[in-house]
Amino acid sequence: MRKIMTGNEATARGAWEAGLHFAAAYPGTPSTEILENLALYKDKGVYSEWATNEKVAVEAAAGASIAGARALAAMKHVGLNVAADPFFTLAYTGVNGGLVIVSADDPGLFSSQNEQDNRFYASHAKIAMVEPSDSQECLDYVKEAFEISEKYDTPVLFRVTTRICHSKTLVETGDRVEREVRPYKKDVTKYVMAPANAKRRKQILTERIAALKEYSETTPLNRVERGSGTVGIITSGISYNHAKEVFGDEASYLKLGFTWPLPEKKIRDFAASVETLYVIEENEPYLENYVKALGIACTGREKLPWIDELTPERVRRAFFPDSEESGGYSIDAEIPPRPPVLCAGCTHRGFFYEVGKYKDIVVTGDIGCYTLGIVPPLSVTDTVICMGASVSGGVGFRKAVERAGRKEKVFAVIGDSTFFHSGITGLIDAIVNKAPIVVNILDNRITAMTGHQENPGTGRTLMGEPTHQVDLKALCMACGVKEENIRLIDPYDLTATRDAVRAGYEATEPFVIITTSPCALIKEVVRRRANMKCFVDEEKCVKCKLCLKAGCPAVNFRDGRVYIDRASCNGCTVCMQICPKHAIVREG
Amino acid sequence: MKKNDTKSILLVGVGGQGTILASKILSEGLVRKGYDVKMSEIHGMSQRGGSVTTHVRYGSKVASPVVPEGEADVLVAFEKVEAARWLQYLKKGGTLVVNDFEIYSLPVLTGAAKYPEGVTEKLRAAVPNTKVFNAGEIASSLGNIKAQNIVLLGALVKAMGLEDLDWEDVLKELIPEKLLDLNLKAFRAGLEQ
Ligand code: SF4
Ligand code: SF4
Repeated sequence: MRKIMTGNEATARGAWEAGLHFAAAYPGTPSTEILENLALYKDKGVYSEWATNEKVAVEAAAGASIAGARALAAMKHVGLNVAADPFFTLAYTGVNGGLVIVSADDPGLFSSQNEQDNRFYASHAKIAMVEPSDSQECLDYVKEAFEISEKYDTPVLFRVTTRICHSKTLVETGDRVEREVRPYKKDVTKYVMAPANAKRRKQILTERIAALKEYSETTPLNRVERGSGTVGIITSGISYNHAKEVFGDEASYLKLGFTWPLPEKKIRDFAASVETLYVIEENEPYLENYVKALGIACTGREKLPWIDELTPERVRRAFFPDSEESGGYSIDAEIPPRPPVLCAGCTHRGFFYEVGKYKDIVVTGDIGCYTLGIVPPLSVTDTVICMGASVSGGVGFRKAVERAGRKEKVFAVIGDSTFFHSGITGLIDAIVNKAPIVVNILDNRITAMTGHQENPGTGRTLMGEPTHQVDLKALCMACGVKEENIRLIDPYDLTATRDAVRAGYEATEPFVIITTSPCALIKEVVRRRANMKCFVDEEKCVKCKLCLKAGCPAVNFRDGRVYIDRASCNGCTVCMQICPKHAIVREG
Repeated sequence: MKKNDTKSILLVGVGGQGTILASKILSEGLVRKGYDVKMSEIHGMSQRGGSVTTHVRYGSKVASPVVPEGEADVLVAFEKVEAARWLQYLKKGGTLVVNDFEIYSLPVLTGAAKYPEGVTEKLRAAVPNTKVFNAGEIASSLGNIKAQNIVLLGALVKAMGLEDLDWEDVLKELIPEKLLDLNLKAFRAGLEQ
């Protein structure tokens, strides 16, 4: 059937058609929807789960593979950093059932903390890599990836990017091929990577690379498209489509879909067959370095940008700088920025507002909606590095502060899902190493940033089954936080929040504040609060604009008066509690 | 460089305005018409009130899913200032469809930035083919402002000359039963703009 699908939908579909049995992931844009789509096949042969983090996801998938199942783990690019440990060793053990690890890179940083080109992970770990260019290839290539994995006894890195994950292109779907879970045979020399075994496996790995090189030369995943002109282009992934947009059928293409190990002979032959050779790829010169190392002259990086995703016009500007500037209009107007902000009625707002009152609190932040605590007027957050770094980074910050005899108090701010992901290890570090920081778990009962996925605190699995709900307070106590040093607060209640922040600020031991209000966008919450609205009593309002300090997009100052947008207000009352004149009233 | 028959549409708006649903319906219709279709959406942080863009391209064979700058046949702006922000994507002679609707971003709300005045007039002056109307008002008068995306979709379908397709059938498939009537009306109202 012909359908229009995103790359993520097509990857899920292809994996299912390939007879996938097991899938695990931690949600992360742009990879999230792969598992969300796989969960739809729960009655059709696939078990899928949200793992606590990417390392757990890869290890779980590896376990399933060793047991004989076809398994897949998906993550965004930075997730592979978390999973890098098992990733490198899995290159040694190989697989039993096919194992595919998806890395969804984010060139252009649409929702990430860095730009990294994970093609280098494949060459670094010596793991076969497949790179599709559109949804059809996502579906076809993921099937091929499972074949490669089983035939060559290797995990396969399936590398996609935001524009592939979130673009929809036409796809011809097929049927599922049911596969038995392969038998498992105990083999400690293969699956126990003690040094002596690992050394032997390294030899096997080297032999495998030779076989994969052979495959790379012959697979149709690496194909030549002959054009009418003399220019040849080596490219992979989404860059192929942009190159095709600009150079059309005139150029010849060596379109690489199997990109580690690269096909040396194919590249040499192609280069010899054209007059001018370009390498078109985004972010890092991964292909280009290889081509140049073969002693082949080519042009790429000196024309293409290092930063940001590639687009057709960037390719055009790079290779046809003299072409007439394409159309386009503009007007003379100062266009105000439109940065993302915490939603109207977000539970994080009240907490940030109270913390922001202290000038000597340093807020080490983390990855999630609450990263938006950096946005004015709240502007409370000092650092955001990666998942979990709020707590562990906070420990280091505090130790340095003590060393310097300074006074800053560290408030580490982390969400529920992120705390489970990798915040808990930082908390254990804080306890054991006696760092009197305040760990603030903004528990909104959902993984909000990536679009509301379940996590260990929500009591539901990815496949929709009720499950055990991890108790954050009990967990913190088990880590060693004293009960008197834990506060549970409703962050909509500014007085309670203020008291807890003060207690944390004054504490001389590790302290934990856990917020307990769910994300304002959870369906049941929206329904429950549908008729709760705040409005401004204009008689009482003195236009001091203090309420605007909450940074709520529902509170407007327009035409000389403050008013609250009824459509977006959910009656959280944070602005009402800030107003010194009691000019804001709530109904419902 | 190649010339082909690919048509490009850019839909721009603010998170929560329904640009993605409108693009989905549009793409589905184009697929039914037998075109090769590529659609690209960017979400992530943009869900929290940031600006949202969707690219839709169709023709006999589409290469890139991204609309090159200066090559959009139609730019549909769900919010006025977003029209200005993305204007360089509209090709010379292309059509601009603008929702005469303002959404203030936080820097504007807090007074750190100003919402520009006279945007519509400037847009009209710059782009000969400009259609401005208040889709929000039209949708509200039909019963729910949320249907403004479908009003704009109707106007877009007309601007691209794609009326000869059974759009109502596509809407029936992609819109929940209880909202269908409203959206069908919204679509027809859009066609009249
Ligand atoms: S999605 Fe939820 S947690 Fe995130 S900003 Fe909006 S209300 Fe806050
Ligand atoms: S804080 Fe109260 S008095 Fe001051 S502008 Fe806001 S509503 Fe008016």
